[in-house]
Amino acid sequence: MADNNGFTREVAHRIFAAELKESNLQAKEGQDQYSPQYLITPTGAKCNRVFIVGTLTEKEDVGTDSEFWRGRIVDPTGAFFVTAGQYQPEAAQVLAKTTPPEFIAVIGKPTTFTTKEGNVLTSIRAESMHVVDAATRDRWVVDAAMHTAKRLEKLAGSEPAAMKAKEHYSTNVDAYKAMVAQALESVRAR
Amino acid sequence: MKQIAKQIEARFMELGIKVETSEIEASLDQLINKFKVPPEEARRNVINSFLKKHNVPKSEFFAPRETPQVKVSDIKEDGKWVTVRGKIVQLWEANQESISQVGLFGDESGTIKFTKWAKSALPAVEEGKNYIFKNVATSEWQGQFSIKLNKTSEIIPVAEEIEVGSTPTEFSGAIVDIQTGSGLIKRCPECNRALVKGACGEHGKVEGIYDLRVKAVMDDGEKVQDILLNREVTEALTGITLEKAKDMATEALDQAVVLDMIKSKLVGRYFAVSGAKLDRFILVESIKPDVRPIEEDIKRILAASAAPIAQEA
Repeated sequence: MADNNGFTREVAHRIFAAELKESNLQAKEGQDQYSPQYLITPTGAKCNRVFIVGTLTEKEDVGTDSEFWRGRIVDPTGAFFVTAGQYQPEAAQVLAKTTPPEFIAVIGKPTTFTTKEGNVLTSIRAESMHVVDAATRDRWVVDAAMHTAKRLEKLAGSEPAAMKAKEHYSTNVDAYKAMVAQALESVRAR
Repeated sequence: MKQIAKQIEARFMELGIKVETSEIEASLDQLINKFKVPPEEARRNVINSFLKKHNVPKSEFFAPRETPQVKVSDIKEDGKWVTVRGKIVQLWEANQESISQVGLFGDESGTIKFTKWAKSALPAVEEGKNYIFKNVATSEWQGQFSIKLNKTSEIIPVAEEIEVGSTPTEFSGAIVDIQTGSGLIKRCPECNRALVKGACGEHGKVEGIYDLRVKAVMDDGEKVQDILLNREVTEALTGITLEKAKDMATEALDQAVVLDMIKSKLVGRYFAVSGAKLDRFILVESIKPDVRPIEEDIKRILAASAAPIAQEA
């Protein structure tokens, strides 16, 4: 498929919470200030956008002047932190009116934040957020598992993102395989 | 240069004329190196001079060689000469003097735009009739392919009915975005274009006709696919009819409520769609929530990723 005037929409990657939590490698393509920022994850996903589905368990308005919502969304492997402020009004509204616990789908940009102690925290700035059903959540777990498994396979190869991920994280492939298996089993059990 | 000379020689050989390569090369060399003529121009010049010398009419030399007959969907390269066999699906308005006819040509494999140049002096084609387009040139613009009929092309009517395939494309993934211009919209009564702020790009301020549609983005984690849902598909999928959408909008004094409702029903969910591909869109004919049982996928992924570990252990 051809590019539309050189612009293509970034794919939304499926990343488990446990993997996103470990991600702290930023990469930028091109020198332009508008070049997209990417976050390279331990399994070598080079993402500028992610798609996650999980259970919203906590939410809080941490804004001072205007609303700024932060939510905790749990998947079988851990928790995501999702934010939505005045520049994401639609997502912020959804978060504001949803009462946890609830299944929720989020499409957003991964962002990293470095604390004073030097720890890198990863969160997702929501572009859109919607309440979904249990079937969608289960399907997402399988989808994310499939993509993670695929990335793990590619990690042995020589693609730039895979090489960078290996070098930076020294990814423990078996641990991630175990994570995938555990996530899948959790869907099955119910 | 050697290459050009070889090509020219080969072409003359086909016509049964033996021309010395050295002779061609000498002429080319003179033109290109001494008189700074661009190679393409030099080639032309040399060919013409030899044609004159051997008294071969130009039309014979440039006469169409048999071009391969291809399926429309196989046209994937710019500047190729091909022959296609199919039906005139649609004729469009030719709004340039240089174009005599323009429209959509289709065969079993799909459809493609065709342009018939006025200069080609070819007979007119009719919508719904079947033809062989012999020796037409392919061209590409922004990733879209089309065929051009020119002087050397030939149009042969075919009596047989040719079935035009729509090449349905399938895609499954999650809807990750609904674009502006979705939901309850107004269209221009003249040209059917969607109105922006009550005005049509072509006809200005008009009394629009309500319509319902969705422009969405699907994503399977690897590829992005734009999809377009027309009124019927949108109504069936969301359960919001055009009438209901109008009521909703009237009640809220805002068209956007319809869009919000559609978004909350679609975004973040998995669907499988199929329909004809047009440009970067799939014109969706059917869209269903993706409800394939996940058990098999689970087994497959587990089996694939577990195997290597088992070997290591």
